[in-house]
Amino acid sequence: MSVASGTRWHPQPLIADARVRWALIIGATLYLILALASIDVNWRRVAEGIPRAIRFIGAFLPPDFTSRWGDIWAGLAESLTMTLTSTVVGILISIPIGVGAARNVAPVWVYLLCRSIIAISRSFQEVIIAILFVALFGFGPLAGFLTLSFATIGFLSKLLAEDIEDIDPASAEAVRATGASWLQWMNYGIQPQVMPRLIGLSLYRLDINFRESAVIGIVGAGGIGATLNTAIDRYEFDSAAAILLIVIIIVMFAEYSSSWIRQKVQ
Amino acid sequence: MLRLEGLSKRYKTGDLALQNVDLRVPAGQVMALIGPSGAGKSTLIRCINRLVEPTAGRVVLGDTEITALSRNELRRARRRMGMIFQEYALVERLTVMENVLSGQLGHVGFWASYFRRFPQAAVDEAFSTLDRVGLSEHVDKRADALSGGQRQRVGIARAMLQRPEILLIDEPTASLDPKTSRQIMRLICDLCAERGLAAVINIHDVQLAQLFVQRVVGLQDGKIVFDGPPGDLTSEVLTQIYGEEDWTATVRRKRKAVDPDDEDPVLDEERLAGNV
Repeated sequence: MSVASGTRWHPQPLIADARVRWALIIGATLYLILALASIDVNWRRVAEGIPRAIRFIGAFLPPDFTSRWGDIWAGLAESLTMTLTSTVVGILISIPIGVGAARNVAPVWVYLLCRSIIAISRSFQEVIIAILFVALFGFGPLAGFLTLSFATIGFLSKLLAEDIEDIDPASAEAVRATGASWLQWMNYGIQPQVMPRLIGLSLYRLDINFRESAVIGIVGAGGIGATLNTAIDRYEFDSAAAILLIVIIIVMFAEYSSSWIRQKVQ
Repeated sequence: MLRLEGLSKRYKTGDLALQNVDLRVPAGQVMALIGPSGAGKSTLIRCINRLVEPTAGRVVLGDTEITALSRNELRRARRRMGMIFQEYALVERLTVMENVLSGQLGHVGFWASYFRRFPQAAVDEAFSTLDRVGLSEHVDKRADALSGGQRQRVGIARAMLQRPEILLIDEPTASLDPKTSRQIMRLICDLCAERGLAAVINIHDVQLAQLFVQRVVGLQDGKIVFDGPPGDLTSEVLTQIYGEEDWTATVRRKRKAVDPDDEDPVLDEERLAGNV
């Protein structure tokens, strides 16, 4: 024992260089103070806003499910159709792209191609894509369907590719060693390892797509979002409240059922 | 049977894993490949079926030059070489039967394997092999529900389903307890004897190797430094392969095992003699 007892020990700091460490801490604090100071809060207007907010919320109550039920039902059916079809189509396109974007199973040029497709799909928010598709194909659920399919590709391919890159290489190697063809290798060596996650991600995407369908409806891509937009435009806040409640219930239902199914397929 | 000529492998990192290795394994011979970690044992085994591409040299199996094959021909040649792995390398979410039948993948078309409609002959063989390795009660269990020893038996059955001519075995007992290790080694050697298979077994446990194999090859730093019967493994040889250490326990243990009075049932001298 060459170290004398009583020697103090401290964990190593995250940034070793003390000057860099303090420069970062002081710099970040200063920026935060300046940024907060630049926000101009008009307290008088905030005070005025509060009763207006209360009136606004009051207008939502009680939610009115009946007077616009026909519109709500039509919007809902359209949204659910859009959600399901775009998720299925998105998954079908995502699988080959996801496989191609996994570095351990695809050659470099396929990998780069698939990664760029994913990057393009991920670089735009759904609303922006929806505006583009509405401009291209006109108002309605077709634009919504295309938007959601396109967005699904970026999401699912990327996560699938990452999961394929994380597989246990030993069992994949073992299947290859039997003299299996590439497709057989995929089917026996890779697919069983990523299937639970693929199912989980697909269900998760299904519920994201439903939520997104409510948002993109506002820019004209059909579905329950369009109904919601119309209700707000007409100052029918009680109908709008009904729509919001239905969306919340469906999303909650999707959330619980998908987590239940994900547990089952592990 | 198997011939390696001037086999070398340099990894992209610059590490020279194998240097000019020459090795012949006659039909039906069970051979142990020993050596310290990083000596190139795994690389050597994987160069034989080209899971790792050798940088130079030739691999010849029977009269097929493995190193000269196109991708499709290599696929067909791989069917002749069964492989058994250290961590079993089973596909855990597939059932025992699916894992075993995957040994047949080189023999059936894609759709037949996709719908799990293997030829009846293959299914019969899978059942009888599972029976032979003692797993007939676990056919439809998922592979991850089995114990280590049972999983390795599935791995062995999978290799057998390829109807191989040679087995390439990478540390078959490294994850197993001593008793299971012996059972697995015995099973492998018995199967090789029954079917006249040759085998190259990478193994860390020198004593275990000495109990079962007919020939030991020592690999050190990518080169063969020892090749002979297990009885020739002396302290000096082990020092040459692994480096300085007190080897007396290992060597003494071997002498005892070779003693014909030894009651150890694993040493079936008759079988060994009949097989050489």
